[in-house]
Amino acid sequence: MLPHIGQFLLVLALLLSVALMILPLTGYFKNNQTLMLTARPLSYLLFGVTFAAFIMLIVLFVQQDFSVRYVAQNSALELPLRYRITATWGAHEGSILMWVTVQALWIAAVAKFSRSLSLSQIARVLSVLGWIATGFMAFVVFASNPFETIFPVPLDGQDLNPLLQDFGMIMHPPLLYFGYVGLSVAFALSIAALIGGEINEKWIRWSRRWTNLAWAFLTMGIILGSWWAYYELGWGGWWFWDPVENASFLPWLAATALIHVQAVSERKNAFRGWTVLLAIIAFSLCILGTFLVRSGSITSVHSFAADPFRGIFILVLLAIYTGTALTLYAFRANRLRSRDTINLESRETLMLANSLIFITATFTILLGTLFPMIFEAVGKKISVGAPYFGLMFFVLMIPVAVLLPLGSQLGWHRSSVTAAIKQLLPYFVAATILMIITWLVYKPLNMRALAGIYGGLWVFIATVGQWFKQRGRPTAGFVGMSVAHLGFAVFLFSMSMTEHKDTEQDILMQPGSTVHVGGYDFTFNGVDRVKIENYQAQQGHITVTKNDRVITTLNPQKRFYPKQQMPMTEAAIYAGWTKDIYVSLGEAVNNQGSWAVRIYIKPLIRWMWFGGIMMLAGAVIGLFSARIKRQEDQQLDEVMKKQLNLP
Amino acid sequence: MKKILIAFIPLSVLLGLLLLLFLNMGYHNETIPSPLIGKPAPAFSLPTLYGDETLSNADFMGEPWLLNVFGSWCPNCLYEHPVVSQLAASGDVKVVGLNWKDEFEDADNWLTRLGNPYHHIMVDYVGKTAIDFGVYGAPETFLINAEGIIVHKIVGELTPENVANEIRPRLEQMQ
Repeated sequence: MLPHIGQFLLVLALLLSVALMILPLTGYFKNNQTLMLTARPLSYLLFGVTFAAFIMLIVLFVQQDFSVRYVAQNSALELPLRYRITATWGAHEGSILMWVTVQALWIAAVAKFSRSLSLSQIARVLSVLGWIATGFMAFVVFASNPFETIFPVPLDGQDLNPLLQDFGMIMHPPLLYFGYVGLSVAFALSIAALIGGEINEKWIRWSRRWTNLAWAFLTMGIILGSWWAYYELGWGGWWFWDPVENASFLPWLAATALIHVQAVSERKNAFRGWTVLLAIIAFSLCILGTFLVRSGSITSVHSFAADPFRGIFILVLLAIYTGTALTLYAFRANRLRSRDTINLESRETLMLANSLIFITATFTILLGTLFPMIFEAVGKKISVGAPYFGLMFFVLMIPVAVLLPLGSQLGWHRSSVTAAIKQLLPYFVAATILMIITWLVYKPLNMRALAGIYGGLWVFIATVGQWFKQRGRPTAGFVGMSVAHLGFAVFLFSMSMTEHKDTEQDILMQPGSTVHVGGYDFTFNGVDRVKIENYQAQQGHITVTKNDRVITTLNPQKRFYPKQQMPMTEAAIYAGWTKDIYVSLGEAVNNQGSWAVRIYIKPLIRWMWFGGIMMLAGAVIGLFSARIKRQEDQQLDEVMKKQLNLP
Repeated sequence: MKKILIAFIPLSVLLGLLLLLFLNMGYHNETIPSPLIGKPAPAFSLPTLYGDETLSNADFMGEPWLLNVFGSWCPNCLYEHPVVSQLAASGDVKVVGLNWKDEFEDADNWLTRLGNPYHHIMVDYVGKTAIDFGVYGAPETFLINAEGIIVHKIVGELTPENVANEIRPRLEQMQ
């Protein structure tokens, strides 16, 4: 019964999104108020129905209803309840259902928080969002129905992929989807603006808020993904430049460019076309990312569910959305021509430079990701690895670090580069001195590590300096920007340390033997077998001591999930403020209990993620800029009234 | 006019991209036909990774075997490693590794860490034998029958699917 209700709800949601796509937009063209007014109620209704379908699927999982194919494939009687719930979005069908649920949630939120827009604007934006929802709803209904039933009903399910039985993986996809789908708001605004041939500062300021929020979610999703890969894959790395990782990183880069350009275009009549184009690119990359993950076009650790028909479907969606957007752009963009002139020596120029660098980085990584495909299309196979991405990205991020303090030093509209450089000089000297000290303490450091450390220190010191020199009470916009930039500096510094000052050792250990790595002694006390929940594990016992003082005992595991016949490595990590001690088990080498053990010391790795969290915190703080400004204005009014003795 | 042309650039880039993705979809998962299928395996004589034997075609006559090209530098080899291990452990076919363009220390570390599933490992340091076999990149796997004829080739990693659908049926046929 329940599966049928779920199916019905999905079809209803599809019809609702079609209505949302057609009615308000028709109203806009015919100048019909009533039709335009349907936009908001339709949005709320769409969310209600989609959310109900999503809840239905969760219920099916909790009840272990194996008559539903998707549940049977991704759950099992022994699966703990928390993973039964999260298995809902563990594989393809459910995760696409989650995508549309999140999409509907954003649509409802846009409908709710858009009082500053005129009816004709909001009608267009919601219609475009309805258009996007229609495509993905159709995808769910026709190509990845999670409610499909099977007969005969199996007695037990096939269990959830063990890689996904983990907290990081539970949160990672929803956050990414919130980010991906959130970028559709800026995209919808671009289309709506191109349809009407007009856009203004107010409208961009409104959409910037959504971009900020989407960017924050995307950042969090990427951080969690990286953290997950770090402790779950057992290779000690935190970023692999894997196509699927790139798929989430590409929209992030484009959105970063977008946020910075929007900072200009929300203030003055400039970079209009560029803002619109960046919004289109950012969301298109989200769809492209989904395609890469779901179509199996590219081989990756992550390609959990690959199916050519679904690939084609997403490709068609990409063609429709991006194709339409860019066609509109080609014909309408020059109507959005910017009128204000931009001074060369101003913050605007630096923002433009920022967006150009970030877009170059986006396309560099896109090219690297697609390069193997290009070669495959002409019948060759090659692999573009981390060395290419690492180097290219590093080269592109140097100018970002160098120019960032200059950008925040220069004023809007018209400013003097010479004066700015003079003000920045003390920070530069301080950064240089600190860099030399760091080098003396941690040498040897190679050029790349030094450049990263130098860049991190430079951005950090300059941002702190600018904070203290700021006159008057800082606005939320300024605080958000500073926090995000500090986060970038923290990331850059700790990433350079982690990458270049880490210690790694693969050692064969007998029970009772001790090995000395990076100032610590690791004593191997053998491996025993444990059975926990739905897996069995071989669990190692390693005592870590420093100068005969016991610091911790680490228990890395080799897990085995009998249902899926799949071995998994679970690293044991001692997380510290200045470094992580990371131990994972390799293979049993002989019958005498000797194991290959892998030990890493990773300096400052936590700070790298913390830097990312600061970046997203900055974006979130920025959300409050308008509200705080309003409060400040009110306070100012009060003061003025008192001064003037007004009633 | 010039402005309009510039505005069309993003659209053209998209069209190129779509074409590429589409073409690639058709290509993917199809085995690239190898001219070597149905022909005797190219002659080789290679040292082994461990010990100082030299193995050649004659050493493998008499039973079907799988030649798996791998290297410690190759990420996809890491992904296929569990599948190779499982297949080798099942004992249904002899799995021989061809360690391609790899340093001894790296290969040794890699195998110590992940386990060594292979019955034999031959070393092709310069890559000459790999060229004779028409290897595009690692991993690649050749199924060779008891008479030394190449029966099948898989480009890219071994997966539970292609082992079940492409390798096992052919092994059963041979018996």
